Amino acid sequence: MNGAWRRWVFYALLIILFIYTVFPFYWAINTSLMSGSELFEARPWPPDPAWSNYVSIFREQPFGRQILNSVFVAVSVVLLALSLSVLAAYALGRIQFRGRRLLLFTILGVSMFPQIAVLSGMFELVRSLGLYNNLLSLVLSYMIFTVPFTVWVLTTFMRELPKELEEAAFVDGASPFVIVTQVFLPLMGPALVTTGLLAFIAAWNEFLFALTFTLSSEQRTVPVAIALISGASAFELPWANIMAASVVVTVPLIVLVLIFQRRIVSGLTAGAVKG
Amino acid sequence: MADVTLKRVEKSFGATHVIRGVDLDIRSGEFCVFVGPSGCGKSTLLRLVAGLEDISEGEIWIGGTQVDDKPPKDRGIAMVFQSYALYPHMTVEENMAFGLKLAGADKAERTARIHEAARILKIDHLLDRKPRQLSGGQRQRVAIGRAIVREPQVFLFDEPLSNLDAALRVETRVEIAKLHRQLGATMIYVTHDQIEAMTLADKIVVLNGGRVEQVGAPMDLYREPVNQFVAGFIGSPTMNFVPAQVAGAEGNHLVLRLKSGATVAARRPHEDLADDAVTLGVRPEHLSLTNDGGLAGEAVAVEKMGGESAIHVDVGGERPLIVKAPGEAVIHAGDRVHVAVPTDTTYLFDHEGRSL
Repeated sequence: MNGAWRRWVFYALLIILFIYTVFPFYWAINTSLMSGSELFEARPWPPDPAWSNYVSIFREQPFGRQILNSVFVAVSVVLLALSLSVLAAYALGRIQFRGRRLLLFTILGVSMFPQIAVLSGMFELVRSLGLYNNLLSLVLSYMIFTVPFTVWVLTTFMRELPKELEEAAFVDGASPFVIVTQVFLPLMGPALVTTGLLAFIAAWNEFLFALTFTLSSEQRTVPVAIALISGASAFELPWANIMAASVVVTVPLIVLVLIFQRRIVSGLTAGAVKG
Repeated sequence: MADVTLKRVEKSFGATHVIRGVDLDIRSGEFCVFVGPSGCGKSTLLRLVAGLEDISEGEIWIGGTQVDDKPPKDRGIAMVFQSYALYPHMTVEENMAFGLKLAGADKAERTARIHEAARILKIDHLLDRKPRQLSGGQRQRVAIGRAIVREPQVFLFDEPLSNLDAALRVETRVEIAKLHRQLGATMIYVTHDQIEAMTLADKIVVLNGGRVEQVGAPMDLYREPVNQFVAGFIGSPTMNFVPAQVAGAEGNHLVLRLKSGATVAARRPHEDLADDAVTLGVRPEHLSLTNDGGLAGEAVAVEKMGGESAIHVDVGGERPLIVKAPGEAVIHAGDRVHVAVPTDTTYLFDHEGRSL
């Protein structure tokens, strides 16, 4: 009796949690399929589903280009951050040197600054490098919050790899670079997928830097583009278009997470428990 | 094949002095075993020879070349690790090819060497498997194979059998001995197991606290240990040690008085005794049970191992004497027994543990 009751509570909580997390997305889809005044009736489903909003977001602005911008920025950030941090993780995780802990905590410290605190300094940096209104400025600035995170996760993971493996490769005549790329890298799949995906999501969703460092519509990434979607007049907020655009840019993330979900869990817990 | 020579080798990790002045000559083709209790520095010494650790003082020579500044790959060594350390993402063949590829050997030569090693180790049929698809014994062979293909001057083994179960350990031990005969290479082998040391070695190096206690052929160490540590380490069960007082001499024998008051005759040492407090050492296999005479006591435990039995006899000392008897013991715990001490196979140690 007690057990059955507990199970009910468990499933009730599960359902509440499910609704709480999924409802906003459901509502976005719902809204994106409505048109005109239907928007203001708060119906649980669209009375007359229409794809017109999805068509119009691509027609009224370079939304396709903006998605490609986001893809370019996010993929570049992931690739750069991972290759930098795999090398850094080898040094930080496997080699004893003076000041290693200090360096690790400095890297962690960098990621703790609120974005707004580094914004103006970053802006000066971007301008002096001539990267204003250029996607490379976003790649550069996103590394600030992705690299510390990827370095930390990969360092923890790298530490767990058996020392004898490295020594065997060393006896076989492998240089540190060969050890990292040919022995360790193939073993770090789960950690790379996890950190890469989280870095991708962070870069994909970033708003503040993207808003500040880009000017023209062609250089915008999707979060900024969506925020700046405007209606026919200054008094109209085109909710349906905004929701349609949001759905379009969320779907790829969901697909990615679904594909890699097993690996994400094994990667996230990799440093925690041995085995 | 090459000689290995260590000259006054020292190693410290910070303030911890791990290896204290080791001098050692290993001849070409010799099977040398480093043995000692955990923390004695035997693995560290092997890693110094391998080049995985840098020596703090001294010199290491392999095949007439001083190697202490060279990286492992230039020392002409190959190493087999305790955990095998196979590359998990590579097949057996790729594992064995890895070092050769890095050394720039061409494909034909790689294939030839790998197949030769695989044939010697009987792992031909496993070449396409990944390490996780292999049993412990098979992984061990692959690890050895990876060493063989490098055609090293010296093979280094770091406790290679300690991850195998008992039956497989004996089998692999025999195969390593066979491999040594077949390849004729110099091998250095680290173990904490004195049976492995006794059965495999041409030369045993007993280490304790970073120092070499004794170097010699297995039976020399068994017959003539230089001190109480070596005497206790070589042989199983371990040698019985009994504190005693010299009470007098009778011809070629010394008469010793034990704490219990009983007297025992022992082999007289060559030198004169400076002190009359000594430790008597007798191996369990040299003691026997008799009906009367010898040391009287009570059997406190009888361990039957099938072919032989170990009988623990309390004769009034600090610790019971262990007597190894062939066959199945007919006595039981609690029985009164007499232990005969053979005069000719006793050992005497002074208060510092040196053999007299």
